Amino acid sequence: MPDLKTGLRDSASAFGLTTAEFDEVVLRLGREPNAVEAGVFGALWSEHCGYKNSRPLLRQLPTQGPAVLQGPGENAGVVDIGEGLGVAFKMESHNHPSAVEPVQGAATGVGGILRDIFAMGARPFAVLDSLRFGELTSPRSRHLLSGVVAGIASYGNAVGVPTVGGEVEVNACFEENPLVNVMALGLLRHSDLQRGTVGEVGNRLLYVGSRTGRDGLGGAVFASADLSVASEADRPAVQVGDPFMEKSLLEACLEAYARDLVAGVQDMGAAGLASSVAEMAHRAGKGVDLDLDAVPRREAGMTPLEVMLSESQERMMLTARPGREEELLALFAHYGLEAAWVGVVRDHGELRLLVGGDVVAAMPVAALNQPPEYVREGREDDIVVAARQRDLAEFPAVDDPAGALLTLLAAPTIASKEPVYRRYDHQVMTNTVVLPGAADAAVMRVKGTGLGVAATVDCNSRYVYLSPRLGAAHAVAEAARNLSCVGAEPLGVTDNLNFGNPTDPGVYHQLSEAVQGIREACLALGTPVTGGNVSLYNQYVEGDVTRAVHPTPTIGMVGVLRDVSHRATQGLKRRGDVLLLLGAGAPSLGASELLFRHHGVEAGTPPELDLRAEAAVQRVVRRLIAGGACDTAHDVSTGGLAVCLAEMAMTGGMGLTASAPAMTGHEAGRDVALFGESSARIVVAVVPEDVKTVLDACREDGVPAIRLGASAGDRFRLVVQGREDSAIDVAVEEMLAAWRATFEGALG
Amino acid sequence: MRPTTNKGIAVVSFPGSNCDDDARHALQSVLGAPVRMVWHDETDLSGYLAVVLPGGFSFGDYLRGGALAAQSPVMAAVRDFARGGGPVLGICNGFQVLTEAGLLPGQLARNTSLGFVCRDVHLKVERSAAPFTTRTQVGTVLRLPVAHGEGAYFAADETLDRLEGEGLVAFRYCDASGAVVPEANVNGAARSIAGIVNARGNVMGMMPHPERAVEPLLGYGDGNLVLGSLLDQVMAAAA
Repeated sequence: MPDLKTGLRDSASAFGLTTAEFDEVVLRLGREPNAVEAGVFGALWSEHCGYKNSRPLLRQLPTQGPAVLQGPGENAGVVDIGEGLGVAFKMESHNHPSAVEPVQGAATGVGGILRDIFAMGARPFAVLDSLRFGELTSPRSRHLLSGVVAGIASYGNAVGVPTVGGEVEVNACFEENPLVNVMALGLLRHSDLQRGTVGEVGNRLLYVGSRTGRDGLGGAVFASADLSVASEADRPAVQVGDPFMEKSLLEACLEAYARDLVAGVQDMGAAGLASSVAEMAHRAGKGVDLDLDAVPRREAGMTPLEVMLSESQERMMLTARPGREEELLALFAHYGLEAAWVGVVRDHGELRLLVGGDVVAAMPVAALNQPPEYVREGREDDIVVAARQRDLAEFPAVDDPAGALLTLLAAPTIASKEPVYRRYDHQVMTNTVVLPGAADAAVMRVKGTGLGVAATVDCNSRYVYLSPRLGAAHAVAEAARNLSCVGAEPLGVTDNLNFGNPTDPGVYHQLSEAVQGIREACLALGTPVTGGNVSLYNQYVEGDVTRAVHPTPTIGMVGVLRDVSHRATQGLKRRGDVLLLLGAGAPSLGASELLFRHHGVEAGTPPELDLRAEAAVQRVVRRLIAGGACDTAHDVSTGGLAVCLAEMAMTGGMGLTASAPAMTGHEAGRDVALFGESSARIVVAVVPEDVKTVLDACREDGVPAIRLGASAGDRFRLVVQGREDSAIDVAVEEMLAAWRATFEGALG
Repeated sequence: MRPTTNKGIAVVSFPGSNCDDDARHALQSVLGAPVRMVWHDETDLSGYLAVVLPGGFSFGDYLRGGALAAQSPVMAAVRDFARGGGPVLGICNGFQVLTEAGLLPGQLARNTSLGFVCRDVHLKVERSAAPFTTRTQVGTVLRLPVAHGEGAYFAADETLDRLEGEGLVAFRYCDASGAVVPEANVNGAARSIAGIVNARGNVMGMMPHPERAVEPLLGYGDGNLVLGSLLDQVMAAAA
């Protein structure tokens, strides 16, 4: 060992450690760390790698269920879809990189999550993205939107994994700190499941893929601090992606698994070599001697710490199956990929780094993987309480319901995302049965079976802002509802928790409450959490002013269709179909898009959420779709019943005539009936002969069902019962123009 | 064409190809044709019934779409195969490879929108002939998906005149009624050209993806008219 320098404690923050954490390192090591060790601890104990602020909360999430093949703790979760097949899925954020370098930030976000999926032994087959930007009137937001979309397209299209769905939310709170969450799904046979482990003593570790450079240095620490003007100087912390390398790595790894040449595998993601080897060793309960001289370098003169923490993209660490080492090496040569033996598994339980044969760092693997945990005090911000408790009666009813509808259709969160998804190859791999924009969730068939896999990403961040627990539960409920509306049975959740700085009591309150909300909804709907990602410090600091994003626990959910030929989409398909509103959810203007876009406020309590009613309406809709009685369904969410029906009309290219149930006891009852948002409500369209089937099924399950009207002509005609002043009568063409205009031209 | 031994249809995989398995699936699993995947270092394609160069991003499409793949060892074999009269179909990136390799005239330039575009297009069939379009008539309108960033066909005017004069334009972008109008020209291609054949007619390149359009479950059927035409020819020849 080199001499241990004293005085490192004073510069603990340079390694991303507090002095208390530095003292903890000393305690765990039984001595002072040297600079290399302090740097590795700092990276692995960062929030991004170590989840030190969130882990005590995340433990409260339900992770078990009959469909779970792999829960949290691996590169991705895996659920069983039947017939011996499983789906690996996970979502991750690339928020800070995208804020300073949107194209590469988003592109490498796609690359990273794809590697997590194929590290599980699965072939990636779908990507969805959940994006949040400031108002599109802002040049910066348009720049970020264009760049992020270009980045996702450039990477996903080239690797050849379709981008099949997603969501875009727009709110000024995301102006400086956009949110870029990417979810990927992969298909595997149960027997192909791989794990991130070094296996047994004597196993050799093979580094494959791109060389290691200084790009992405300190990325994990960068992601674990507030954004500021100075973040621009962190541009070198953003990595550069090479989708061609990724595609070659993907094919080579899948072939290596198929030939049983691999005993363990992991992506080198945040904190690169350090985190991948430390985690693989920890899962096996072993130590590793890592030969840093053997690590392929892109540039000369890198220090040991730089080599360990580099976040150069497109690198994987494989544990060779003993006795198959030469075959493994030959396979990577066949794909034109560089590979190098960098480590040997030992029984000393340490991560030992060797340079020139000397040990330059020796750290207990367990200590690296068990950062201190913080349970903080949360306290709700007064400003949020005031916004939630605001009396909504002060807002007058809208003058012109048709005008209000057109305003909502043009609101970015609701508007057509077609200009976005046209940039993505959504059909490569020839599995996409339900294309982007056609339904509440994407659906992919599984070749060689009758199965379908559905996926969605959802979060109404305004709901979470105004009521974190209720809002987060809504995100889960909506995701499950979206899957149910295509006919898929929800199986599992991956969550991406995007919050501000957890040392702020207001933010910690949001985080802890949101986790409780996710827990309650996942338990009620039978959708365990199989993995996820935590992204804290999503706030922008300028002088004394801190601008935190709305708390955004994005929910990614995967479901299965036992027979993909029985599915539903949202567009009306035949004139004369009967429109029925199923479910008991009570609409409300609290936290609604109408209040936001028409009255300009984010206020009130989000709609009530009865999880039992939610489960009931979802179940009956799935049953109707599976039974063939229903091929058209859409959930009532942002913008309420009027927007739901308008989307069904616009997507189907035909009109409808309907009357909405009147709301009693409300001052602005008409607006609540038209634009009030809710949980547990789904509109279906069925041929007249099947109306009885629907009503009978609803009666059996105790789900209320109301006849709204029918598809007809080319105009959208909606009226609230007993309220002539509510009548909306607009040409579908006019609605389409408003709905489409927002994103046309917003992309550079 | 008289194959000495029937090896089936060769689908060539370059590093970075990502529609190779889609082509295999369409030809083999859906249409029932014998298919073998051929790695880009193969130097002999004799005995195959046809060669398909699939879509994707061969070698990352660094430099230019298809430019690096055109230098692969397999392309010499593709050239020999075409010279012997064997059918060669290049789809999307495969079309780019064929122009870069000089097997077809012209080039595929960046879309005039400058962005990648994934959507359905309509194609007007301009040539009904063996081996690629016998199941269609001149004027038949097909609906197929496109997915590309560099798909604008481009060539010198005299080349375009020759292609048109000799009936070598296979498809043009059109509207749903079959009218070749500027609004339907998805990528700004010269004279709305979506696909061409060589002078002998046995090498075709097209930007749209017929292999994505052979299954009703995915919402398409017109890919059968192209791939089915090819199979009609080669399976008859092999029989």
